[in-house]
Amino acid sequence: MIDSLPIAAGYLGVSFTFGILAVSYGIDAGTATLISLLNLTSAGQFAGITAIAGGAGYLELFLTQLIINLRYSLMSLSLSQKLSKDFDTKKRLIASFVITDEIFAVASSKEEPVRFPYMVGLGVPPIIGWTLGTFLGAVAGSNLPASIGSALSVALYAMFVAIVLPPAREHRPVALVAVIALVISCLLYYIPAFDNIGSGFSVIITTIIAAGLGAVFFPVEE
Amino acid sequence: MNIYTAIILMAVTTYLIRMLPFTLFQREIKNKTVKSFLFYVPFACLTAMTIPSILYATQSMISAAAGLVVALILGWNKKSLPVVAVAACVTVFIFERILL
Repeated sequence: MIDSLPIAAGYLGVSFTFGILAVSYGIDAGTATLISLLNLTSAGQFAGITAIAGGAGYLELFLTQLIINLRYSLMSLSLSQKLSKDFDTKKRLIASFVITDEIFAVASSKEEPVRFPYMVGLGVPPIIGWTLGTFLGAVAGSNLPASIGSALSVALYAMFVAIVLPPAREHRPVALVAVIALVISCLLYYIPAFDNIGSGFSVIITTIIAAGLGAVFFPVEE
Repeated sequence: MNIYTAIILMAVTTYLIRMLPFTLFQREIKNKTVKSFLFYVPFACLTAMTIPSILYATQSMISAAAGLVVALILGWNKKSLPVVAVAACVTVFIFERILL
């Protein structure tokens, strides 16, 4: 439980900005809170409401979630190798809900096998932080002056930058993949012929091409 | 599109992505290309979501660009996520105070 408190605090701040963004897209506070309670994922929700606000269809929304959250399958796969013997299927069905980037990072850093109560303790405070933060952000967002709303709207983007840059600095292939993604994303955005591609599909296309090129030309060594 | 159907679709998709490998797969992925692809996905995806969208997120492209530059500098210097986020927000706020 103690291990998850910093995560919960961080989520409170991030989800606050998500709540503000959701309200700016015309989604009410209750609905925004529901999204956070049921999804517990930053990038996926962010892209999800952007796709919804942009008038995406169900297929585009589904593919957006699939591509953006595909990384969780790798994490849950990796974590499934670290579980204690009494971690049966029913417990796995429950615990898998809380596999996020940060919770995975903490759980996988443990020396000993991960037990079910530990995963619950690791998961519950972040769920509360994430859901509460969204609600507070959504409520505050409806009453915020434009200048504050405008400033806060870059928070999530800035965090994405802070997630990508440190590993890009250490690993040249990561930097190249990010640059390729940047170029493709701009081409899709600015070339008029691609105007009918939704923002969700644009992210999917960019991710598949950039990560695909990375996988082919710079396979990761063990 | 119904918002609640959309939310359920998002939630179920995201849950299945987490749940299926966690409960079904007992073996580790051996294919190097697949592993590498999954390794690069977050970086490609986060970059695609940020650029160029961040430039149109605020009331002025100049303030957004200033926020992006600050995030790039602090992110490069491995500052923590909340620090980078707050600094970018403050930068945008200050620039818009001057500009608008």
